[in-house]
Amino acid sequence: MLDLIKQPWPWYVAGALIGLTVPYLLLVGNKTFGISSSLRHLCAACLPANISFFKYDWKKEAWNLFFVGGIALGAFIGATLLADPNPVELAEPTKAYLAEKGITDNSHLMPSEIFSWSNLFSLRGLIFFVLGGFMVGFGTRYAGGCTSGHAIMGLSSLQWPSLVATVMFMVGGILMTWLILPHLLTL
Amino acid sequence: MAQHNQPSPTDLKDLQTRELDAMCVNESTLKHPWWYNLKYSAWGLLFGIVFVKAEIISWFRIQEMFRFESFHMYGVIGTAVMVGMLSVLLIRRTKARTIYGEPIHIPNKEFNKGQIYGGLLFGLGWAITGACPGPLFAQVGAGFGIILITFLSAVAGTYTYGVFRDKLPH
Repeated sequence: MLDLIKQPWPWYVAGALIGLTVPYLLLVGNKTFGISSSLRHLCAACLPANISFFKYDWKKEAWNLFFVGGIALGAFIGATLLADPNPVELAEPTKAYLAEKGITDNSHLMPSEIFSWSNLFSLRGLIFFVLGGFMVGFGTRYAGGCTSGHAIMGLSSLQWPSLVATVMFMVGGILMTWLILPHLLTL
Repeated sequence: MAQHNQPSPTDLKDLQTRELDAMCVNESTLKHPWWYNLKYSAWGLLFGIVFVKAEIISWFRIQEMFRFESFHMYGVIGTAVMVGMLSVLLIRRTKARTIYGEPIHIPNKEFNKGQIYGGLLFGLGWAITGACPGPLFAQVGAGFGIILITFLSAVAGTYTYGVFRDKLPH
């Protein structure tokens, strides 16, 4: 049984469990599912600085911080007690493309050629960590939600603005992957 | 069944601020001790395990998705939306209440241009970092320490948005 759990989980198991988050949060506390707001609550809690967007009682949304805290802890368990010792199995074309760009280390979920401390003060680090992170934080809030809030909660409750947001997430990701990233990976 | 008080004007103002540019809002007016929030940590824990075990937090899987070379992520998101949709339908049909007896409320989102510009910007960042906000927490938890930098940059991005919000097109 433990061996089965340690193997990579299929998409339908993961998808179903993630989807069940929607009714769970509604039924246990009238909360709508979303994760990116946790970043905002951290801002509101740490440095509201009289900015109207951060002037609210963040403690009323503390549940969201408890939720993301659980995610970090769960990920720790997944990566230690339930760790899969095998490398990430990639689709062949992706593997070939990345190898061409010098990304060959798939022994972990993140390629060490990019995501390592030694890249921190390099151009690569600036783009992949600082700029990338900034766009995720700024973009999700500007859009009013992320993959969980818009793509899952928003689409589940049939809200068309969420469909617009989800389509734009995909457009942005596809543009980056096909047009810009090939150049960034060779930096 | 629990008693539900009408929210006061200050509570309502606070709720309106919290609802600005946000999908996930606490619609409950009940006040509970802090440890009631552990219900959310418990589900988060399961969620974090799923994130790692289904390799959703992997930069590689995000590349595969945007290159259309694997079905995995489409399967995950598609199934999640199907299950979520069915659940919301059932909750609405049965007029289900929370375990504390509150009527369930799902706020409607209004369209603004932020969903276009912000969505595009997030998409660009998603393909670089291989992470949306949820997986950022999970990547750090899974031991990728360097993602702390990405995470702090994301917080800085959110903060910058808050500072310039009024000057941006909506």
